[in-house]
Amino acid sequence: MSSKPFYSSITKKIIMSLMGFFLLTFLLVHVSLNSLLLFNKEWFNAGAHFMGSTWYIQAFQWVLFAGFAIHIFYAFVLQIQNWMARPTGYKRRAAMEQSPFSRYMIYTGTIILIFLIIHLGNFFFVKMGWIGNGVPLTANGEEDMAQLVINLFSHGGYVAFYVVMIFLMGFHLDHALQSAFQSLGLNHPTYWGFIKGLSRVYAIVITLGFIIIPLFIYFKNV
Amino acid sequence: MNLKLKIWRQASPQAKGKFVDYEANNISEDASFLEMIDILNDELIEKGDDPIAFDHDCREGICGMCSMFINGHPHGSQKATTTCQLHMRKFKDGETIVVEPWRAKPFPVIKDLVVDRSAFDEIIQSGGYISTTTGGVPDANSIPIQKEHADLAMDAAACIGCGACVAACKNASAMLFVSAKVSQFALLPQGKVEAKDRVKSMVAKMDELGFGNCTNTYACEAECPKEISITNIARMNRHFIGAKLG
Repeated sequence: MSSKPFYSSITKKIIMSLMGFFLLTFLLVHVSLNSLLLFNKEWFNAGAHFMGSTWYIQAFQWVLFAGFAIHIFYAFVLQIQNWMARPTGYKRRAAMEQSPFSRYMIYTGTIILIFLIIHLGNFFFVKMGWIGNGVPLTANGEEDMAQLVINLFSHGGYVAFYVVMIFLMGFHLDHALQSAFQSLGLNHPTYWGFIKGLSRVYAIVITLGFIIIPLFIYFKNV
Repeated sequence: MNLKLKIWRQASPQAKGKFVDYEANNISEDASFLEMIDILNDELIEKGDDPIAFDHDCREGICGMCSMFINGHPHGSQKATTTCQLHMRKFKDGETIVVEPWRAKPFPVIKDLVVDRSAFDEIIQSGGYISTTTGGVPDANSIPIQKEHADLAMDAAACIGCGACVAACKNASAMLFVSAKVSQFALLPQGKVEAKDRVKSMVAKMDELGFGNCTNTYACEAECPKEISITNIARMNRHFIGAKLG
């Protein structure tokens, strides 16, 4: 029945929203584990060790990568088709969007993708031993992921870069949650206000959560 | 009042168009936007120039024919208003007004500000109807209909098919139009019979015609002269999922 490449327009929206929900859940887990660094290194290392040594989480990691890949792939397919739908633009076009950051999803999304690659290079690839000198070790000879994070966040320039990237991700997230509900048809006047509020609160909580950690580490060690 | 106008002129679908500057002087504040263009056209005809082509019919805000993109907004910036119901008192004296046709691949320019919106007719032909045998006129109250559903169906049916949603959307998506047409039937008992086939075929036709994909920016709802709600799009998404699953 589909007459557009890669499924119908609504099917693509549904795929985007389901993968989006999955990634939003992942970010919540990620920021929760990161926040252990605000308390002590041992808790964070225990969390990192659990994530890195449990077989089902290791397997799930590949599901997560697939989730990112599908979300990114369909984002580009949707965007290219959308550009093709208006070959001639307007001379003057007002900002008419009611979800303000919806205008920039492809741009904030592309920046997040670049940041994601850098982020994997800073942590995941180092842990896998693909780049760098490996993860520092604790006195007991165990991997000290917390120290790897602290070392990076002791550079002011890196902290500034990280904070800017997280802000841009926050703009992406502001549109994300409520948009995923709308795509799945979950919009009713009774609860739509709550969904929009929840979406904004989610974006603010995740953004502040990720930003507080590097600032805390940097200013503690200055 | 006196106005400066930058209007898109294009002689034919194949011709290369361009913006042409005009001046409209001594325009009454009570004139509608279309009447202002009429006055300008009279002057152009007197000078022997080709008048500006634009779509219009009822001039009462109900037919959906007028279709100008005025100063960055379809039908101008006034809420819930078609171009024919937009009055010059909404503009400042001496203001420069940019007037463009709807821009979307499925709405090719025919001439100047006139675009071909037959794509919408094709979408309606693909499922925007109910199949019923003709016969004696049935009693209007023979099928009970929940008041809330009747109201929602009426709200959806208020869509005049002008195409402002497509023109406003940064993706040139027709989702608000199609969802209004899907909803006005799907909410009523007579339309429920063919609801699954209808939503699938109308969405397929919309895609085939080259409209963009909805990315939930909600610009369509903000600009719709009939204030059609995006809850119709959500309803169409729900029905589409239901139709595909069973």
